[in-house]
Amino acid sequence: MRNVDILIIGGGPAGLAAAVSAYEAGARNILILEREENLGGILKQCIHNGFGLHTFKEELTGPEYAQRYIDKVLEYGIPSQCDTMVINITPDKVVTAVSRGAGLEHFKAKSIILAMGCRERPRGSLATPGWRCSGIYTAGTAQKFTNLKGLMPGRRVLILGSGDIGLIMARRMTFLGAKVLACVELMPFSAGLKRNIVQCLDDYGIPLLLSHTVVDIAGRERLEGVTVAKVDPKTLKPIPGTEEYYECDTLLLSVGLIPENELSTMAGVKISPATNGAEVNENLQTSVDGIFSCGNVLHVHDLVDFVSEESAKAGVNAYKYVQGQLAEDEETLEVVNGFGVSGAVPQHISKKLDEPITIMFRPRGVYKDAKVCIDVGDVQAAEKKSRILTPGEMVTLKFTPEYLRKNANADKITVRVEAQQS
Amino acid sequence: MIKEITCIGCPMGCRITAEVDGDRILSIEGYTCNIGKKYAQEELTLPTRMVTALMKVYGTTQPLSVKTSRPIEKSKIFDCLKEISRHTVMRPIHIGEVLIKNVCGTPVDIIATKELE
Amino acid sequence: MVDVIIIGGGVVGCAVARELSRYSLNIALLEKTDDISNGQSKANTAIIHGGYDAHPGTQKAKFNVLGNKMYDQICEELDVPHKWNTSLVVSFSPEDHESLEALKRQGIENGVPGLSIIGQDELRKREPNIGSTAYEALLVTNGGIVCPYELTEAFAENAAMNGVNFYREAEVTAIEKEKDGWKVISKAGTFTAKAVVNCAGLYSDVINNMVSEDKITIVPRRGEYYIVDKKFCDAFHASIFQLPTKMGKGILVTPTVDGTILIGPTAEDIDDKTDTRTTPEGLAKVLKFASLTWEHIPARNYITTFSGLRAHCDRNEFVLGEAPDAPMFFNAAGVESPGLTSSPAIAVYLADRITDKLGAKKKDDFNPIRKGIPKFREMTDEERAMAISINPDYAKVVCRCETVTEAEIREAIRRPVGARSVDGIKRRTRAGMGRCQAGFCTPRTLEILCEELHISPLEVTKFGGNSKYLDSYLFEKGDHEDA
Repeated sequence: MRNVDILIIGGGPAGLAAAVSAYEAGARNILILEREENLGGILKQCIHNGFGLHTFKEELTGPEYAQRYIDKVLEYGIPSQCDTMVINITPDKVVTAVSRGAGLEHFKAKSIILAMGCRERPRGSLATPGWRCSGIYTAGTAQKFTNLKGLMPGRRVLILGSGDIGLIMARRMTFLGAKVLACVELMPFSAGLKRNIVQCLDDYGIPLLLSHTVVDIAGRERLEGVTVAKVDPKTLKPIPGTEEYYECDTLLLSVGLIPENELSTMAGVKISPATNGAEVNENLQTSVDGIFSCGNVLHVHDLVDFVSEESAKAGVNAYKYVQGQLAEDEETLEVVNGFGVSGAVPQHISKKLDEPITIMFRPRGVYKDAKVCIDVGDVQAAEKKSRILTPGEMVTLKFTPEYLRKNANADKITVRVEAQQS
Repeated sequence: MIKEITCIGCPMGCRITAEVDGDRILSIEGYTCNIGKKYAQEELTLPTRMVTALMKVYGTTQPLSVKTSRPIEKSKIFDCLKEISRHTVMRPIHIGEVLIKNVCGTPVDIIATKELE
Repeated sequence: MVDVIIIGGGVVGCAVARELSRYSLNIALLEKTDDISNGQSKANTAIIHGGYDAHPGTQKAKFNVLGNKMYDQICEELDVPHKWNTSLVVSFSPEDHESLEALKRQGIENGVPGLSIIGQDELRKREPNIGSTAYEALLVTNGGIVCPYELTEAFAENAAMNGVNFYREAEVTAIEKEKDGWKVISKAGTFTAKAVVNCAGLYSDVINNMVSEDKITIVPRRGEYYIVDKKFCDAFHASIFQLPTKMGKGILVTPTVDGTILIGPTAEDIDDKTDTRTTPEGLAKVLKFASLTWEHIPARNYITTFSGLRAHCDRNEFVLGEAPDAPMFFNAAGVESPGLTSSPAIAVYLADRITDKLGAKKKDDFNPIRKGIPKFREMTDEERAMAISINPDYAKVVCRCETVTEAEIREAIRRPVGARSVDGIKRRTRAGMGRCQAGFCTPRTLEILCEELHISPLEVTKFGGNSKYLDSYLFEKGDHEDA
């Protein structure tokens, strides 16, 4: 059994940022466990630019962004063990991992940072009727094939879902000589970032079909085509008579990401149905004492810069915990998702909060000229105006402790949007 | 003529409305910072894009990721990709290494974005 | 010349192969597709039926009850997980009491042990999530569950260990009568055999009608299914049937041996024996009827949907034994539900008749024992440490959802009658069967297939034929220096 102060599960952007910040805070006995051969996580295959504007004030590609953190980890001499798969975590923080080099190992950690990231929703969960042929990939799998393996999945492509990876892959496949026919989105708005819609679809004349979905998949062996239909924006059900057939050999899915919390569940961490990630308090500590969660395993972020920022906080707090400097949670207030708000993080805030914190959430719909408000009890405590809110882009909102003191009898904190839905 | 531009300078994605008359920009509205104003001006006169691509590495089918050292004229994206596809590089390669100077006769270089031992 | 040719590598064909491999015989099994267990046997309800369902006196009733009793021994010998989780046939109205009683009487007549009718309280105690209108149920204590493709693989592997030769992509195109046997022309070559066994499932009519005037017709009966995430493995304990109708056993909700919940199937007669599409109507129907049993089916937790075709014979009965006008041509035709349950008994029945006619003797060295691929996910930590020290590939988890290691995937390819496609690996190891449905592990699984089979990634298929994954390389390996 190896003793570790801070054990970080996952060497992607979240784990790396947590490790660097924990070290900078003073921690020395840190270990990163990474299942793949190299650090960097999903960024290794995100070769497009657009990372780092907030963190480094310049525009980097995924591998470059990851390398900045990897270089720091190397400079500080923070140990990491790649090719190592964690297979169990107990509530008392014993971690079991396997690797070719070391076999089966147990670690006893004073503190654990969960940074396992997320995975893509597959076709199966959509229950799309049709054949079960080859040629259907999640956008991220296709991205791995092209960008890391140098393999081309197909030539005529349709994209279902307008998540960022799908949009990015629309452009990549176009660059690689494929014909991208359309990007089909069930909702009346895109789940992706504005700039990706502009630079990945609009620039190359790829239509974005909002309120449409794939209703049939044709092809006994390899995909031959898909039928797309309009959907009723309210019921999301296909409208008969609007079907259109697209001949294609490849269907890429970008229909959502799911935090990968199997290990968190084993450790007894309480999972929020709204985010599919752990429930955390303002310190990013989960329901299990000393276990922290950050990055896409906590909730799916839109920008890696926000992942780094959040994870850095988790790193510092894990170190404070190890030092016994993290205030025990005595009484907390629940953060409630009000109108227009989905999956606000953190879910719990200590009544004794002494520093300002950031609350993050995703809007449920598109809202123009909106106001985002925080209520402590029944009293509005903060507001922030925004000309546009969309589900593709996360909203962050500062919350300062003084509001708690002003309304000491409050029983909950509500985050809500004030706006007309557009 | 009115042109609608979505700013891509940051995740805000401001909707910018510009009035143009031929090459002349009459007005630009809707931006919230100078990045937006500058972006709109560029989009209306000479739009540019960062290009990221894959390059062949000698002795393997696994590609190297590369990018333009700065944004390149939008109209030259596919010429730029074509030029990149004609090159093969040798390992080792370091991030930031210049692989093609002055791609397509522009002042822009193609540089590596990945470490390859 | 071989002694016996078995046509079809489904559960019946592979069970027959194993049973015949007890004897000193030269046996070949011809499978049309790239893999065994690729038709009915891979997409069905995975139930070991009690035997109350078929009419007394029918082959279905007889072989169901016989087969059911063989499962403990078969699964023990072949290392195949099965579970006697009991079946419940639920009624939703007091008026159906007599139908339940009739079903119980029918079961008793068929020789099914341990049948009883349980009331509300007992039913809800056993199954707290049962729908609010559930009224009472027939409790079938000898109802169980098994993984149908794992069983088929086990039969095949054990048969191959005992000398049976498997030929894949060997579709039979013609059968001709020879002086002392049969000439079987297949896409993998021409064989002559003293005896032929027709286990061709959906195509058992085609094969039978090549040699016999006693024509049969197989109608593909499509059933559509949902699979629900393991998270809900505790939702139901028994396999929950609804009182049967003419078109089948109704929509059932059942746990699987792998921990997921299976819901289905519909029953729709179609024309095309290859049409395994799922349809909006079929999928909607499954949910509509299943909601009687399970009122709150967790919609966002489906991991996949699929459809399977049952080989429904126009005689509504198994067609077993030597064809009346074709000596030494044996049928196991029209074997639909309860075919999986019946398969071990059908195999013994046919093997007895064939070996009797051939005068074959039992071998001394028949080995009935087959061990499954050791499953990392089921090991204790000590076993895991040991497995890794012997084979470090056990430390490399490829499929995260189901915790399947590289060692298991490599072994699935290397085994006798091993996997050749991604779906083949999936059925043998569960890699890619979990909640991400192979999103993450496909690229690695593909590489392992390339390494083991010495093929290019461009040749790897999902399930044979043209079901290829990749179009081309971005860059040819042929090196050229930059001009």
